[in-house]
Amino acid sequence: MINALANPHRFMAFSRWAAPILAAAAVALIAAGLWLGFTAPEDYQQGSTVRIMYIHVPAAWISMFSYACLGGASFFALIFRHSLADAAARAVAPLGAAFTLLALITGSLWGRPMWGAWWVWDARLTSVLVLFLLFVGYIALRASIDDEAKAGRAGAILALVGLINLPIVKFSVDWWNTLHQGESIFRAGGSTLAPVFLLPLAIMGVGYMCAFGALWMVATRAEVWRRRASSLALQAAFT
Amino acid sequence: MTQLHLDAGKYAAFLWPAYAVTVAGFAWMIAATLLRARRWRREVERLEAARPRKSDGTGDGAA
Repeated sequence: MINALANPHRFMAFSRWAAPILAAAAVALIAAGLWLGFTAPEDYQQGSTVRIMYIHVPAAWISMFSYACLGGASFFALIFRHSLADAAARAVAPLGAAFTLLALITGSLWGRPMWGAWWVWDARLTSVLVLFLLFVGYIALRASIDDEAKAGRAGAILALVGLINLPIVKFSVDWWNTLHQGESIFRAGGSTLAPVFLLPLAIMGVGYMCAFGALWMVATRAEVWRRRASSLALQAAFT
Repeated sequence: MTQLHLDAGKYAAFLWPAYAVTVAGFAWMIAATLLRARRWRREVERLEAARPRKSDGTGDGAA
């Protein structure tokens, strides 16, 4: 599948119909998740703030997943000099930064009534802030170098080095004492979340994943077109 | 179970801004991505029209 889509022509043909399907699935799933989330009862301790979970947790999942995508695409771009992988890496960075910022802001709005603080420098929050700065740094680094090939290589190296932050984000709540709660969904022995909260959260998670997939495909298409336009403009200049 | 619980009570000042920020974030991502795709697709179409040549298959005309 990935091999087939590595061809830009096949990717453009595939994404032309896959992106709208993913977008439609995202709309349906997010609508269903919100409906279930807002018909579920309030949490007995957190009250209605538990409903922030349905937008905060999926945004946090996608922030980590999008960085893994950035790292994977950067690996293929750097090692195999694959232009579509480089385009995909460049396309995913702003989306990853946006989802990470959403996770940080919604987390802050959830933390204030629950912890009494908008922000604490605990391991989870700080490592997610570092994740956001890695996305911004990647975007800034690529934008600061005129030569596209050099910019791609420098960005790919930064993205690969930054992969070390992903396990830190994931296991920060286990490795250190944090104000942020420990893992309650993907844990040995099963989720500690009540099914009435877990189902809408899972649906929202899949919905966010579909939205991310659709946006990434369209953003990669835009990047392919941008490169094609640059190439055509260059050819026109020499004829 | 089927009744919507939209009254956030004393937590409304935190719940609704979180949703508003999320809606704004999605709106920005969707608009920025689609506008960028449209801009470069049109630029490719313009350049290809100005210099007719065999298509390489990447300018397939859809965002």
